Amino acid sequence: MFARLVYESFRRQKRRKLLAGAAITLGVAVTTAMLGVATDIGDKISRELRTYGANILVTPVDDSLDVRIGGVNLKPANDGGYLNEADLPKIKGLFWRNNILGFAPMLPVTISLGTADGAPPTSAELVGTYFAHTVRYGTEQFTTGVRTTHPWWKVTGKWPEDSSRDVLLGTTLAATLHKHAEDTIEINGKLTYKVAGLLSTGGPDDSRIYAPLAVAQQILGKPGVVRNIYVSAITKPEDDFGRRDPKTLKGDVYDRWYCSPYAASIAYQLQEAIPNSRAEQIRQVAQNEGNVLSRIKGLMLLIAIAALVAAALAVSSAMATAILERRSEVGLMRALGAGSLPVGALFFAEAALLALLGGCLGFAIGSVLAHQIGKSIFDQQISIQPVLFPYILGVAVLVTYAGSAISIRRALQLNPAHVLRGEG
Amino acid sequence: MDSSRQEITERRSLAQHSPSMFLRMLVRGATVRRGRALTALLAVVVAATVSTAMLNLYADVGAKLRSEFRSYGANIVVVAKNGETLPENAINIVRRIIPAQALAVPFAYVVAHTPSGKPVVVAGVDMEQVQRLDRWWAVTAWPQRSGEALVGKRAAEILSPTNQDFDLSYNTRTLHLHPAGILQTGADEDSRVYLALPEFTTWTGVQPTSIELSANGTSEEITSLTETLGQALPQAQVQPVRQIVEAEARVLGKTRASLYVSTVVIILTAMLCVLATLTGWVYDRRRDFAVMKALGASEGLLRGLFAAEAAGLGFLGAVLGFLIGIAVAMWIGRVNFHAPVVPRLSVLPVVMLGSVAVALLSALLPMSRLQRVQPAMILRGE
Repeated sequence: MFARLVYESFRRQKRRKLLAGAAITLGVAVTTAMLGVATDIGDKISRELRTYGANILVTPVDDSLDVRIGGVNLKPANDGGYLNEADLPKIKGLFWRNNILGFAPMLPVTISLGTADGAPPTSAELVGTYFAHTVRYGTEQFTTGVRTTHPWWKVTGKWPEDSSRDVLLGTTLAATLHKHAEDTIEINGKLTYKVAGLLSTGGPDDSRIYAPLAVAQQILGKPGVVRNIYVSAITKPEDDFGRRDPKTLKGDVYDRWYCSPYAASIAYQLQEAIPNSRAEQIRQVAQNEGNVLSRIKGLMLLIAIAALVAAALAVSSAMATAILERRSEVGLMRALGAGSLPVGALFFAEAALLALLGGCLGFAIGSVLAHQIGKSIFDQQISIQPVLFPYILGVAVLVTYAGSAISIRRALQLNPAHVLRGEG
Repeated sequence: MDSSRQEITERRSLAQHSPSMFLRMLVRGATVRRGRALTALLAVVVAATVSTAMLNLYADVGAKLRSEFRSYGANIVVVAKNGETLPENAINIVRRIIPAQALAVPFAYVVAHTPSGKPVVVAGVDMEQVQRLDRWWAVTAWPQRSGEALVGKRAAEILSPTNQDFDLSYNTRTLHLHPAGILQTGADEDSRVYLALPEFTTWTGVQPTSIELSANGTSEEITSLTETLGQALPQAQVQPVRQIVEAEARVLGKTRASLYVSTVVIILTAMLCVLATLTGWVYDRRRDFAVMKALGASEGLLRGLFAAEAAGLGFLGAVLGFLIGIAVAMWIGRVNFHAPVVPRLSVLPVVMLGSVAVALLSALLPMSRLQRVQPAMILRGE
């Protein structure tokens, strides 16, 4: 009898049920999508923040100081310590290797450039690097270079191949030399190199030449060396624990610090992996990331909460209306001798059924929505954890109950005779 | 028969011409069944609140985040062109042009030598301003007195490993310095020594060679500011720091896009919920409708009455929702950005229009269905 009542109620009042069900479905869909976006946006934005470039710099242990003003090296580029190119693949062997988005070695060499019109040669800095070089570590392959670590660099013409002898010419330097892409330049008065493209960075790199690493090593006469390595890693914003000095930590605490993806602990691991090196976080990039990230994450979380509350209220008011409409039905049942309990149970059963149906549908729609948002904005997937499903369903049932409860109570309190006469 | 029809016509014209009756029916409609009117109002208020808060946040998030991005430091750099120097009053020219809250900090550099002949870059800066520009600098203590210097971490390892005083010479003039604090940035600054600008100038006679600017604005505003500065200082090269400007635009764009989609989705849901609730509310009052119709009210009058009720509900809901929404937006701004979101009155007409339109739509949709039904059928409960 009870089941039949519920069944008939759904069969005969399609419009009302559809409206209430639609409200629940929409509410759950928005909640699911917003929760998905809010929980995932941290990861997505921290990838976007990598546009700021490398956040860790690895340099050789060296007792001489850099003499650089405004990015221009005033010390002869050829002296100072070196790191070993053969150690580079070890970066992909770190504990946090999957957080390392890319790295680029740099090897600056001071060269003299012959000019076409026979004027005295000018000196310039040539830097050997990886553009998009494939590195092997074990069985893994990994493509890395300045195209990942310096995403704001723009090239007119073509990027050079890492195996070629082509170079990139900074735009400022190209203007003084009157060179264009596809021209050739003469370095140190003997060898000519083809200019694959012109490099524009908006900084001091515009007056440098960038070449494949092997070319710079050959000019320098030191095969297999690099000067420093720029590493771009996804890190966790630094907190008080992250700021502690690893040397003062012991046992479990040390392990916890070591296994957290702080910029400092990744730098520490890099320093261990690459012999004779010191690695430091570039604070301008690493420190600010956390601020911006936490603001955006906080914003989306608060919005998700606001959406949740709004969805709950909307569902509640839809349910309340749906039940208020049926006061005469309650009156009739009561007049026929039904107690408050069975009538209440009937309504709650209906609400639960609606909430479950709406919740399932809403969860599916919300997942698709989150997926679409991720794809269209971040070109990446935002996936909803299936773990969330029972929780969201639970919340849907709870909110639907809460919305119904007051109206059901009120309907039950009314005098059946009044209601049936239409005086409620 | 004739007289009664005449009477009805008279009454009708009376009803149509008596605004007080119309108003009374409106008010009674809202107050007699308070519970139901309140749930309908609640739905409108929730939708208006959410819309107001989201629109306000969306409009303000750019400005809020941009000021966060200023902690990345300078986004425009002014340096002398090759072979030229910056005029002495360059900093004043720059400060006159830039907006009041923007920061312009001059930097002067020389290469000095340690007693053992090693080169060290020494910079002259205004300590107080650098502190505001480069907020990521990790400094143990800022220099307070003359004769004190801020020493980069790597420079300190060579110049003053035990925190003792050290000498630097430039052009045969030697300066005795006390390391006030250690500076760590992980970049070039670690190998430098920073002095207060007046002391630096007396020692070296060198004027600032570059000016770093941190200005708030969209990338177009930054570009136009760069051009204005370039025209005012023909001997200088003014360049935006593309690394900073581009990354900022990118992250901001993605955040705004996420917020935009969220706003649209949430507002749409809220509107649909209002539609569902109000439609139910109006439909539920088919008895009133039938009674009025049976008493001879014209369709136009009924439509007008229901529309006026819905519009009133939409209006009231929009006003309440706007106020609550502003409060929510301000609260989110306070909690998340530590600065309140500025209430935008321009959001009010949008929310108002939307609420009233949705309310009207949800009142008139069931009306067209009710009109097809005979009042007698409704009154008999069929």
